[in-house]
This record gives sequence, C-alpha cells and structure tokens, in this order.
Amino acid sequence: MNQSIISFEKVNKWYGNNYHVLRDIDLQIRTGERIVICGPSGSGKSTLIRCINRLEEHQEGTIRVDGTELSDDISSIEQVRKQVGMVFQQFNLFPHLTVLENLTLAPTWVMKMPKAEAQERAMQQLKRVRIAEQADKYPLQLSGGQQQRVAIARALCLRPKIMLFDEPTSALDPEMIKEVLDVMSELAQQGITMLCVTHEMGFAKAVADRVIFMDQGQIVEQNSPHEFFNNPVNERSRDFLSKVIGH
Amino acid sequence: MTQRTLSAFHPIAARPSPLSTRGSLAWLRQNLFDSMPSCVATFVLMVLIVYGANHLLHWGFINAVFAPDSAQCQAVRGLGACWGVVTEKYRFILFGRYPLAQQWRPFAATLLLIGLLAISCMRPFWKRWLFLVWAVVVPVFFILMRGDAFGLPQVPTDLWGGLPLTMLLAAFGIVLAFPLAVLVALGRRSTLPAIRSVCILYVELVRGVPLISILFMASFLFPLFLPANHSPDVLLRVMAGITLFSAAYLAEVIRGGLQAIAKGQVEAANTLGLSYWQTQRKIVLPQALTLVIPSIVNNFIGILKDTSLVTIVSLYELTGALGLALDSDAKWRPFKFEAYLFIVLIYFIFCFSISRYSLWIEKQTQHSKLR
Repeated sequence: MNQSIISFEKVNKWYGNNYHVLRDIDLQIRTGERIVICGPSGSGKSTLIRCINRLEEHQEGTIRVDGTELSDDISSIEQVRKQVGMVFQQFNLFPHLTVLENLTLAPTWVMKMPKAEAQERAMQQLKRVRIAEQADKYPLQLSGGQQQRVAIARALCLRPKIMLFDEPTSALDPEMIKEVLDVMSELAQQGITMLCVTHEMGFAKAVADRVIFMDQGQIVEQNSPHEFFNNPVNERSRDFLSKVIGH
Repeated sequence: MTQRTLSAFHPIAARPSPLSTRGSLAWLRQNLFDSMPSCVATFVLMVLIVYGANHLLHWGFINAVFAPDSAQCQAVRGLGACWGVVTEKYRFILFGRYPLAQQWRPFAATLLLIGLLAISCMRPFWKRWLFLVWAVVVPVFFILMRGDAFGLPQVPTDLWGGLPLTMLLAAFGIVLAFPLAVLVALGRRSTLPAIRSVCILYVELVRGVPLISILFMASFLFPLFLPANHSPDVLLRVMAGITLFSAAYLAEVIRGGLQAIAKGQVEAANTLGLSYWQTQRKIVLPQALTLVIPSIVNNFIGILKDTSLVTIVSLYELTGALGLALDSDAKWRPFKFEAYLFIVLIYFIFCFSISRYSLWIEKQTQHSKLR
C-alpha cells in the first residue's frame, strides 16, 4: 500500500509580509519513505519540515499528516505531534534533567505512562542508540555526538511514525558525525518514515529513497539519489552539486 | 619507493602541578605577602584592625552598661555602650503595643512562623504534606495573635507590632508575591494580547509609584470607596499592598530569566507534545528561575526591609515599635543608637540567613551545569 503519509498541496508561507519562504510546495511522501532534503542556506528546507509538526504555520495550501489536516485547531496539532518526532541541529536537550529524565518526560506527562514503564522504554531506546551507560548523567556532561544520539532516543520514546531531522550533524565535530549517521542509518532500515535536512551527501546516497533539492523556497528537483547525483536535470542542482561534491 | 611505517601515538601521562596552590601557608603567601607593597598594606591594615577592634571591645563590652539603669548609662556616655536600653525596652521593641500580659502569644506565634519558614526551606520536608502544615500553622498564627477564640481575649490588629508584624508582612509578602509574579511574568510574554496588556499595565502602574504611596492608598484612600465598616482590616489592606508592589518588581526579574531560555527548549517540548503549562512548569520555569536566583533573593531581602515603611500608616512593626518605645521616653531616648543596633542585629540575622540559603539553593541547582 503506497498511500501518502504526508502531503503538501500548493503550500505557501511568508515570514512577515515580504519574505516568501515557501512557494507553491507540492509534495507527497509515502509511508516508510526515506527522504533527504538539501539545498543552499535560506532555501526553505528547515521551514518545510518544521511545517510538518506546526513549529511553523503555513498561510496557504493544505498539509496533511497521517490523515489529519494541520490547521489552527489545537487538537489537530496535538494529534500530529504524537506521530512526529523531531531532532534539531542544536540537540535541544533539557539541561536541567538527566538523560533518563529527558527521555521519560514525554511518556509520563503526555502519554500518562507509569514511571517504571516509561523508564523501561527509555532504557530500551538508549540501548538502541548505544548510550545506555550514560542514563544518569546530565546532557552537558556528554559529547556533542552523544547528546545528539540522546535527542534521537528521546524522540523515539513516543514511538513516532515519522521522524524529522533538521541538520542533525551540522553542529558536531567531524569525529562525531559518523556515530550519529550510523544511528540514523540503522533507524532507516527499520521502516520508519524519515525526512532529513542534511548536507551529508554520503548519507543521502546510502540511505535515501529520494533526494529533494530546494532553492529560493521552491522544490527544484526530486529524484532517486542515483539519478540526482549522477544526472541532475536542473542546472541549479547541477551547480549546487558541483560546489558540494567538488572538493 | 620505500613503504613508510606508521608511528604509534604515545599519550603523555598527566602529572600534578608542581607548585602547591592549596593550604593556609600558600594562601597567606599568595594573598597577603605576595610582594613588598602587599606586605606593607597587610601590615598597615592589621594595625588599623587591631586598633579598631580594641576600641569596639572597650565600647561594646568592657565599659558598657548592661543593667537597665539610665543614670549609670549617662555616666559612661561616649565611653561605653548602654545596652541597658535593650534590657529595659526589649519587650516593647519586639512586640510593640501588644498587651503586656498576653505577650506570650506573639512570642509563640513568631516562633511558629519562623519554624514553619525554616522547615519549608529544607529538602526533607518538600513533600505534599507541607501544604497541610501551612494550612494548619497559618490559622494558628492568626488565632494566637488575634484571640477571640479558645478563651483568648481579642487583640485588635492595630495593637499588633514588633517582630511578629515584620515577620507576618515579609513572609506573606514573599509567599504571595512569588506565584503572582510568575503568572505576571508569563502573562507579559503571552501571545494573547489581552493578557499581555493587562500584565504590562499592572507592572508599569505599580512600578511607577513609591511603596509609601501604595501604603497610603491602601490604608486611607481605599476605605473611602467602600461602604463604612465594610472595608477589610487595615492590616489585610497593607499586606495586599506590599504583595502587589513586590510582585511587580519580582515579575520583571523572572521575565529576565524567561527571556534567557533558548527558543529551542520550547520547540523541543512542543514536538514532544507537552502542553503550554507542562512546558512552563517542567522545562522553562526550572531553568529560568535558577538563572535569576540572586536577583530573586535580592527582592526578598528588599521586601523584608520595606516592611519598615508600614509605620507610616500606624502599624508599628520592628522599626516602628522602636520609635514608639523611645521617642516619648526622655530618660532612654539618648540611647537610641544602641537600641537601633539591636534591631540591626535582628534584621541582619534574617537577611543573612536568606542570602546564605540562596547560596545553598544555587549549589543545589548547579549540578546540571557541571561538565
């Protein structure tokens, strides 16, 4: 069954009155699809995925996530956020809570899960990202790569159907990028729908089902990674690739 | 071409620093006798301190009069302190115009309140039943003070005074102002224009006038707008005035802390599905309040000392009671200075305890920032 889990129809968004950040976005994403979004900075990549869980509001068009249309209605937003996990460039872990408390927070307060069960689920996810031994530390005591893996585990604790990654490796030291990408690749094998804004072209080649290239608020080109990297059809994407891959 | 062999990486083991920077001897050397000028400065200051301490010792103890005897006090004027004024007047200073025979009541009430505040500050007592303790102790405090129950004769609030009044105004000022301030601070950052404007209006109005004028309004102006005999007790009105006044300042301090929390924290909480109040309670406030502990404590200490202004509306708290005790008594009036030192000591004990306690709280919240 190849039904869309996320659909954008003629979506437009402005920041203020003049900055047209998303322009006529049409996009269908199937359940289980793994998508990498790339493009120059300011092209609207982050804004696009932040519209999916309503961290940003769009002004025109419709966005549907898992059958729910996103609108001002607060219950529709809550409904969608239950299905969508998100990982940020700056990790955004809660520094005043231990790693374990970061993970159990949403299960206990949002899903009203008993504490023991939430902790068990949290430890399960920490093992999945290979960081279980750090459960009682505070986030700032961990390295950047470890923090980002905790952030991934925290998002997974709610068992989302969709995972959004907003430049998850851009704030990391070079030696730590791989440990995060490894975890993301494993996740990709497990059938979860993934949207990832990243400049890691190696990751895109290895993992993505589809690469979306954006510039100036538009989707310029979307294709399989093989086609996109070897035969870009648009001159703008060709130009971008020559700069990214060139050295 | 020769094959280059890879050289192995040998980490150098860590060694301790050679010069000891700990211990009292090292401290003396570093801080007092570091160089010639610092040796001279140390010496000069030591002489001054010994000289000053010697004078203080003679004035405060050796030549001082402790007995409540004003003639003897007059004899040593300028040479020694007259602590006799405290011995003579301490009951009036501590309890104001409260009837002498009933003064065990404010004494017990003050002890109860201090005890309640003390246990509320300690971690082992941070349980749900602490609210129950408050719900019991606070009415007991008022029953003790006011009487008219359990066979205790009634004492109207205008006779309350001294330390219990100071404690009452400060403790309730702080305890009531704090939650109000948190709400106002959150309200000022609300996305709902109505709530935001009300909060801004409140803060700006209250901050724009001196506390004294608020106290005047509370005690003289406010009753004019109500039918006679239907306005609440003057003490209640003054307590409300102090609370509203302090909350406005506190709200701005807390807003400063809220401002410092990165937007990403709220976004992360949103994506996890936390509601607005859950986000504020679990994520934003714990971090924001921790950041501004020093300023919050600054405000608390300010509230404690601002209570001395209620004398202006004829409520004789500690400072007011002191004036009342001495101003009309020509025999003891010359020794007001010593009496002031006595209440200075009381204020200092409370303020110093608050500031030490805040240091402890800061340490408690620091662990998450340690790397």
